[in-house]
Amino acid sequence: MESTILAEMPITKTNKKLNVIQNSIEHIDSPVLKIDDLSVSYGGDKYSIRNVSAGIARNKITAIMGPSGCGKSTLLRAVNRMHELYPNTHNKGAVYLGDENIYKLNPIQLRRKIGMVFQRPNPFPTMSIYDNVIAGFNLNGIKLKRPEKDEIVERSLREVGLWDEVKDALHNRGTFLSGGQQQRLCIARALAYTPEIILLDEPTSALDPIATAKIEDLLVKLKKDFTIVLVTHNMSQAARISDYSMFMYLGELVEYGKTKQMFTMPKDNRTEEYLTGKIG
Amino acid sequence: MNISTEISDRNIKRRLLKDKIFTYGMISFAFLSSIPLFLILYELILKGYKQININFLFEVAPDTMDAMIAVSNHEIIPGGIANGIVGTLIIVGLASIIAIPLGIICGTYLSENAEDRFAGIVRFIVDMLQGVPSIVLGVIGYIWIVKPVTGGFSALAGSIALSIMMLPSIVRSTEETLKMIPISLKEAALSLGVPYHRVMLKVVIPTGISGILTGVMLGISRIAGETAPLMLTALGSTAIQTNITQPTSAIPLLVWEFYNDPNLVSMIWSASLLLLILILCLNLGAKAIAKKWKVQY
Repeated sequence: MESTILAEMPITKTNKKLNVIQNSIEHIDSPVLKIDDLSVSYGGDKYSIRNVSAGIARNKITAIMGPSGCGKSTLLRAVNRMHELYPNTHNKGAVYLGDENIYKLNPIQLRRKIGMVFQRPNPFPTMSIYDNVIAGFNLNGIKLKRPEKDEIVERSLREVGLWDEVKDALHNRGTFLSGGQQQRLCIARALAYTPEIILLDEPTSALDPIATAKIEDLLVKLKKDFTIVLVTHNMSQAARISDYSMFMYLGELVEYGKTKQMFTMPKDNRTEEYLTGKIG
Repeated sequence: MNISTEISDRNIKRRLLKDKIFTYGMISFAFLSSIPLFLILYELILKGYKQININFLFEVAPDTMDAMIAVSNHEIIPGGIANGIVGTLIIVGLASIIAIPLGIICGTYLSENAEDRFAGIVRFIVDMLQGVPSIVLGVIGYIWIVKPVTGGFSALAGSIALSIMMLPSIVRSTEETLKMIPISLKEAALSLGVPYHRVMLKVVIPTGISGILTGVMLGISRIAGETAPLMLTALGSTAIQTNITQPTSAIPLLVWEFYNDPNLVSMIWSASLLLLILILCLNLGAKAIAKKWKVQY
């Protein structure tokens, strides 16, 4: 019951504060994904994110920033329901993909529409590069003819700029690649399904600067075909590649707007303090 | 100043000496514990090699009269242990078919639901099962299968007794192996929309296959040499028996039979040698698999 009290807190205080919060959240026209008053808890009444509402713009890169523990990964995982891997999770509110509430969908179908890339590159160690790219089909028992498979593998690897590097070693294990190559392989694996949205959870935090730059270039290139949502605790990365930025603090979406504007003229004090290194 | 230096010098010398004694002590004890295997091999080869030839592998155990004549003529005993070899393959094979899927699925459940109360109970029971004396499993096989199901001693009864015996090692090795696999692999598969059962069967278990197979091989090598449970279940047979509802022989059972027949005593060494070689090969195979199929993640 504490949670409802938390939700009502801004209203019982002053209306002025409520206005500030609403103004600092940018409205997105015809969003591909609409997060509607979402709160997520990993058990009990303690919510890791509270009352988050935001639209995600189609074919743009949206970055979620914030200090560790602010709930940015939870928000990302709530979008394809990966947070449900932990027992006792529950949530309030909704997330709409098109007209459908994703919490009414089957998570298996949902995850085929919203792909994900993780912090550490995680290619399947038992599979070759080729099988890793096509894993989404093979593991789901979708039978494809050889030429179809070949085409998907080549297209996906070309999209991530890995084709020329690995085309002669397609049947070697994916784990023999360098960290950056592995991460691009994981992106190719997520792309092979042609999902609508790709979620990336700090995709470059385990990589060196050169590999990071390649991934960033890749993401900018990919946004013409996909909508990208990216969690990062690297502010300059968000500034370099994202179109929209969210700033989260203590489970709350503090500010959401165009990246350029947020970095030059933040509306909320806390955003400014974070960007200038006073909190976080 | 001088005195204290002298004392500490003496102390240091004494300490270094103690260190040396301890180090050499460790080496000699390590050496001592590896001696028994070599003594056993030496003894078995010395006394058993004469009997081992092609016939030994392809003929059934001789009857006591033939053996007596051969011994009195100072010839090698005719016949072999083919009935035991075939019996062991059938009984151990059947036990594996029962225990391997059961053990792997059970171990997977335990690693996936480590904190679960029911998993805790299952884990405890499996650990207790490991300590059940093998003769008791023989009695159980006798009561459950020999009397009500096959109506007499049978390979099936022996297999079931042995499958219970190998179950704990498969369950625990599967659980320990799968626990080590990073959760990021499971996440990768789930994020591709793969249903949970396929994630486990096609990604997680294949990734841990080397550890699981090592446990399986060690389980097999453990039951391949078991005698006590088979005495009460499979009993033994003088002919090659492929019907699993009939009494069947096994290599360790033959060793016991040879021991009880004064004319066949020299067959003990050869049969034991073969059994030991078989089990050593299984162990070496387990090590090779663990090394070769190890997946890097």
